[in-house]
Amino acid sequence: MQYLLMLYADESGWGKMSRAEQEQGVAAYGAYTQALKTAGVWVGSNRLKDTDTATTVRLVNGKSQVLDGPYVDSKEQLGGYYLIETPTLDEALTWAARCPGAGHGTIEVRPVWGMEG
Amino acid sequence: MNSGVQARDVADAVARRSYGKLVAFLAADTRDVAAAEDALSEAFAIALAEWPVNGCPANPEAWLMTVARRKGIDGVRRRRTGEAATAQLLMVAEDQASASAEAVTDVEIPDKRLALLFACAHPAIDIDIRAPLMLQTVLGLDGKTIASAFLTSPDAMSKRLVRAKQKIRAAGIPFAIPARDELAGRLDGVLDAIYAAFAEGWSDPGGTDVARRDLTSEALFLARLVVAMLPQEPEALGMLALMLHADARRSARRSADGGYVPLADQDVSLWNAAMIEEAEALLRHASTLGRIGRYQLEAALQSAHVERRHTGRIDWTAEVQLYDALLALSGSPVVALNRALAIAEWKGPAAALEIVNALADDGRLAQYQPYGPLWLHCWQESALTAKPMMLTT
Repeated sequence: MQYLLMLYADESGWGKMSRAEQEQGVAAYGAYTQALKTAGVWVGSNRLKDTDTATTVRLVNGKSQVLDGPYVDSKEQLGGYYLIETPTLDEALTWAARCPGAGHGTIEVRPVWGMEG
Repeated sequence: MNSGVQARDVADAVARRSYGKLVAFLAADTRDVAAAEDALSEAFAIALAEWPVNGCPANPEAWLMTVARRKGIDGVRRRRTGEAATAQLLMVAEDQASASAEAVTDVEIPDKRLALLFACAHPAIDIDIRAPLMLQTVLGLDGKTIASAFLTSPDAMSKRLVRAKQKIRAAGIPFAIPARDELAGRLDGVLDAIYAAFAEGWSDPGGTDVARRDLTSEALFLARLVVAMLPQEPEALGMLALMLHADARRSARRSADGGYVPLADQDVSLWNAAMIEEAEALLRHASTLGRIGRYQLEAALQSAHVERRHTGRIDWTAEVQLYDALLALSGSPVVALNRALAIAEWKGPAAALEIVNALADDGRLAQYQPYGPLWLHCWQESALTAKPMMLTT
């Protein structure tokens, strides 16, 4: 099954890190991505820009309403994702626990609505 | 006996003996517990119609499984109508079913109930629904009975059961016995859920509340199942021993007029000796496996109490030592309070009062009903003037 690992963390943390710490962080994510690929479970991944770049859209009476800002304002924000493929939830949870994001935030693991419904 | 009654008896017996086994086997690959239950109940209905006419099959369990598998595929087909199902998916399912239909007549159905228990007590399943889920899927208890035992409305209980089963299927929770390095931790979840079912039954030991269903025998069945399948897991043995010790004293816990009889005042001749012996044997075996835990310690405490059968007195030194170990393991204020009670018996109430007073600062005890009475007991017995305290109950 495919699982989306959604990485939530306080996005202001990045700016407070030293240059060396940021480089370390990037390297950790790089190593993690490589481990997923080597294991053959990686499907896709991306880091997202901060929520001050977010725009929300919805239709109100058939007209699109565009608003500045994220869908929800919260202490921790969605900052990136990994899409992985594993046989069951257990392997997905094990991978989620290994993600650097689990150390400085929270990872929500959601199954993708595949053919098996 | 007419054949209709006989067919019903056989179906009932098969249901009792193998319901959980059939559900576990049918749902193991698809993880669709609800569909397995539906298919199985259809199969039982067909059995009750057919067996009186054609006679009971030689292997009723295998017969039911084959029919249930066919019904399961019908169910998949019905559900897939309008969905983007491929013909290939159905073909695969049908291949599996026909292959097994030929093979099952004299083949023992593999017992996957332990894997089902691990799925029910998976950390991704809400902790409060794990026990009800086990009782329904492994023992076939209906939602109404479970709701009554857990003091919830049948509607609320069945909604939560449906939701939990959906999560097992949709989130991909595996039907598997965890690997060696994870087993002990995951087993704790299974044991805690079984013990929760036992404790629900235990809170009304006299059976005075007739509307409420007692689940102690069901919980004992599940505990025995885990022990049978994992005989080298000391905490599983410890939990079964603890439950047996508690159950052995069932008829001594209430006086003739229904009043509660404290352990120390119980008539030891009313204790069930066979259950106590079994518990002691389990505990001895557990202790040889070299891994202590909460259930073994609690069972050992019970064991120290039953010593009174032989010696006429309780070894409070041993009790306090066991409580020390349990407190170190759990850090629970309730354990600390029980330890204080044992110290009161051992060294006198004055020594215990100090501990009980210190515990008053633990906010977690505010809701714990026995705290007030215990404090009062120590205070009165010690005849010391202590600072007035708020009695929280």
